[in-house]
Amino acid sequence: MEALVASAVGVLTAAGIFLILRRRTFPVILGLSLLTYAVNVFLFATGRLAVNAPAVLNKYEQVPYTDPLPQALVLTAIVISFGMTAVIVMIALGAYLSAKDDHIDMAARDSVDGAGEDA
Amino acid sequence: MSLFLIAALPFLGAVFPALLIRAGRNAAASAAGLTTFLALMGLLIHIPAVMRGEVVTARFDWIPGLGLNANFMLDGLGFLFALLILGIGLLIILYARFYLSREDPMGQFYTYLLLFQGAMVGIVLSDNILLLLIFWELTSLSSFLLIGYWKHLPEGRQGARMALAVTGSGGLAMIAGMLILGNIVGSYDLSVILQNRELIQSSPYYLPALILILLGCFTKSAQFPFHFWLPHAMAAPTPVSAYLHSATMVKAGLFLMARMWPVLAGTEAWFYIVATTGLVTMLIGAVIALFKDDLKALLAFSTVSHLGLVTMLLGFGTKIGVVAAMFHIINHATFKAALFMTAGIVDHETGTRDIKRLGGLRHLMPLTFTIGTIAALSMAGIPPLNGFLSKEMMLEEAVHTVWRNSHYLVPGLALLAAVFSAAYSFRFISHVFLGPARDDYPAHPHDPPAGLWLAPAFLVVLVVLIGLNSATLVGPLVAVVSSAVIGGEKLPYYSLKLWHGFTPALYMSVVATLGGLFLLALHRRGEAIWNALPRPEAKAIFDAVISAMTEASRWITDELHNGVISRYAIILITFTVGLGYYAFATGTIGLETRVPLEAPIIPIIGWLCLIVATMGIMWFHRNRLLSLVLIGVVGLIVSMAFNYLSAPDLALTQISVEVVTMILLLLSLNFLPTETPWDSSAARRWRDAAISVVAGLGTGGLIYALMLRDFAFPTISEFHLANSYKGGGGTNVVNVILVDFRGFDTFGEIIVLGIAALIIYALTEAVLGTSVRAYLLNRKPHWPQSGDSHPLMMVVVTRVMMPIALMVGAYIFFRGHNQPGGGFIAGLVVAIAFLMQYMASGYTWAIERQRFYYHGTIGWGVLIAAATGLGAWFNERPFLTSDFGYLHWPPLEEFEWATAMLFDTGVFLAVLGAVMLALDSLSRFAWRPGMAQEFPMDINPLRDDLAEEQEKAKEQG
Repeated sequence: MEALVASAVGVLTAAGIFLILRRRTFPVILGLSLLTYAVNVFLFATGRLAVNAPAVLNKYEQVPYTDPLPQALVLTAIVISFGMTAVIVMIALGAYLSAKDDHIDMAARDSVDGAGEDA
Repeated sequence: MSLFLIAALPFLGAVFPALLIRAGRNAAASAAGLTTFLALMGLLIHIPAVMRGEVVTARFDWIPGLGLNANFMLDGLGFLFALLILGIGLLIILYARFYLSREDPMGQFYTYLLLFQGAMVGIVLSDNILLLLIFWELTSLSSFLLIGYWKHLPEGRQGARMALAVTGSGGLAMIAGMLILGNIVGSYDLSVILQNRELIQSSPYYLPALILILLGCFTKSAQFPFHFWLPHAMAAPTPVSAYLHSATMVKAGLFLMARMWPVLAGTEAWFYIVATTGLVTMLIGAVIALFKDDLKALLAFSTVSHLGLVTMLLGFGTKIGVVAAMFHIINHATFKAALFMTAGIVDHETGTRDIKRLGGLRHLMPLTFTIGTIAALSMAGIPPLNGFLSKEMMLEEAVHTVWRNSHYLVPGLALLAAVFSAAYSFRFISHVFLGPARDDYPAHPHDPPAGLWLAPAFLVVLVVLIGLNSATLVGPLVAVVSSAVIGGEKLPYYSLKLWHGFTPALYMSVVATLGGLFLLALHRRGEAIWNALPRPEAKAIFDAVISAMTEASRWITDELHNGVISRYAIILITFTVGLGYYAFATGTIGLETRVPLEAPIIPIIGWLCLIVATMGIMWFHRNRLLSLVLIGVVGLIVSMAFNYLSAPDLALTQISVEVVTMILLLLSLNFLPTETPWDSSAARRWRDAAISVVAGLGTGGLIYALMLRDFAFPTISEFHLANSYKGGGGTNVVNVILVDFRGFDTFGEIIVLGIAALIIYALTEAVLGTSVRAYLLNRKPHWPQSGDSHPLMMVVVTRVMMPIALMVGAYIFFRGHNQPGGGFIAGLVVAIAFLMQYMASGYTWAIERQRFYYHGTIGWGVLIAAATGLGAWFNERPFLTSDFGYLHWPPLEEFEWATAMLFDTGVFLAVLGAVMLALDSLSRFAWRPGMAQEFPMDINPLRDDLAEEQEKAKEQG
């Protein structure tokens, strides 16, 4: 199970970063979303994995509980990341509609970044 | 009066001039004067104790963890400086009232002045070096405001900037030095540090600490080579120059050298650094002063020279040197403040400070002439005035000083400085007041009103009295101050008197006076030589250095922040990966201690879906709609994974956030291009892929390693599990953590969410206020539009589902404390219920039925959460402490209530409002006039029939 979660985190991170490094706003937003999943699962997994052990107290019998703290942190992280995504989407949308251009890099100094990057 | 109050009074009083200026300038000046007077009286009350050699203290532990204590002490040294600061401050306040013109904002002036005064008093009374540093920086800041007081003058602004740059950077060096000193001793309390001379001087860090502290002192006291800022600071109004640049601020460096004298002085390093700097400064200042035509510049360089003199005396490291230094500080403060005020009067009455345009004022301004002449003669060191006494003590000390085996170097240069000092003093008298009266003054000079001459006259009376009767008038004070400086040891024999017999110092004084007269006579010729000599212009050098630094930082900034955001991302990611690799390569990794969980077939299928979907996004990301669909798949799998791995709350949150995020992205895609064009080269894509793969491997590997090992340290989760029910009254530990244990975090988070929503709203307003609106109204959609924008089935179903969805929301909310659910999830669910109406029936239809603005919903949410938290205060508990209990109504089961529920209501409202405001704003981009649709169906035959019938009825009727 751990291998599955870890590999999923790895793949999500790699895909997220790859898309963040694209040059248009929309892929970057997608990349941030993927990276958000990866980070949330990562944080959640620091509480170690457990099956059938939710952190809801059982009054009647002794049962194992999973670590509740990372869950609480991740819960707010999920909601906050929605807020963040919404702000970025809005900025991207406003920028595109105002300038009719959805490049994330400033065009004037593109040459500084190294020649031949514009295909 | 408590020392706290003395130090605080100027700060408290600083409020009044700013407020009272509406009641007139006299009211503002009186308020400032009264405050200073009260503080001065409070100080004078301590005279008996100070004269007995006692140290008055006031202690208060401010931040003991940092060693920062608000400790104040008043000994002889502090007393002398506080007396100068408050006493001369009082005179300056009087003088400034008459000096400043009607156009100058006087309330501001007095406020700045009192702030400065408070900071200075704080420095001299501090018994904690960290506290002292705070006040030290405050003097730099408040003097910046004072020097730049005439904001319309470019010289004023530049001078203020220069003063701040020089004294501020010196202050930074001093912070480092003081921290080193505190670390050597193990305490930041001055009284402790002063007891540890041997410990400090034997420490290997003595020299760095000494140099850093001296940098602070030298910059503040305008010692060579940092002397250049002082003349430029003369762009300030004259009261400021008289106060800051003669009596107080520039003496802060001297004060600190004197304060630290017992522990820092007495070494070779101290002697050679401090005494030499002082000597050079004294000489250079005196020479430049002679050739300055601006009255205030002359006085400024003279001040530099006299500060150098005191520095040199302290640098000698002898006890008599300290006595002479302290005595000269008193004398200099009296005659130099009087001279500055005289210069101000001359400037005020004649309209110019240029010596070349002055002369012959003796008959026109007899009173000013008398005051100025006496003060200048004292500066020249003419008996029987006070300047003579301390200058002679200085010369006497210089004679006994050996510099690198040379017996003549120090006395020779000191004598030379004294000659120039006499020369510029004489020049001040003769070129301004003597000679024939001229007829080309810019204004008609005459003696000023009493308000202007009273203060300098008072100081000049002191000059004469101290000169004639020094032993009884200031003798005890000098003794107390000096013994405070040298750390309470016994003072050697000395006497403050005019006639010491035929000593070398007397001969030197005679030579200095004659030489001064000689130089004055040759001034015209000397000036020609001086002007022909090449000499470095400090301001030009300073400006060049500053602009070079500005250029360098601009270059670095431009190179790093060139607007190519993807490059910032690459730098950040590679750096992070590098750090991770460094940690991995240098750390040790423990053995695996946990047994991996079994992976049944269903999770493996889920995993496969996730991997395939993620790969698909990578591959097809140019098709934006498809990648949105795929990202939805990823979100669903993640929610299911949370559910499978014992995190039902996370699963619920994730899936509801997933829904709103999808709606958001779909809405935005409506206005963005549907395809991402190819614009990266293959090489760049490979490079990015390589970086991503490395980062992914690192992250995945890290979490894999983490998951197979137990915690290295005990966690606090056990506490939460154990106390969730007992302390928080809920069995759903995750929810109890959110609303109770870590309620403060949650409180901050709903505020952040609310702010994010407001940003979105504001952005929408801003964008739609431009030509974008016209573009949006005229644009053609990407895809062919459905003929039926509000499909019947969807409208009907969503309207029917609305109450059900709301009830689900309420259910999730109420059970949240004990079962998976809570305010966050309930807020999202209810938001989705609303959004369904927007989607099915249209924006206009929904907005017409909206009763509350979403801004208000967010605001109420935050307010309710805050009020719940504040409620704890009324029960004398910390913010957000929760309470709970159980009710039992007979027909129902046992019923729990908890204040956390109320807090959760706040969370619910804030989340609901934020989500709705964000999506509502985005929907406004799609708004077009005439889209309102009252009915579930666009086309309804029944409605047509009704309309026909009505028309028929009309025709018939």
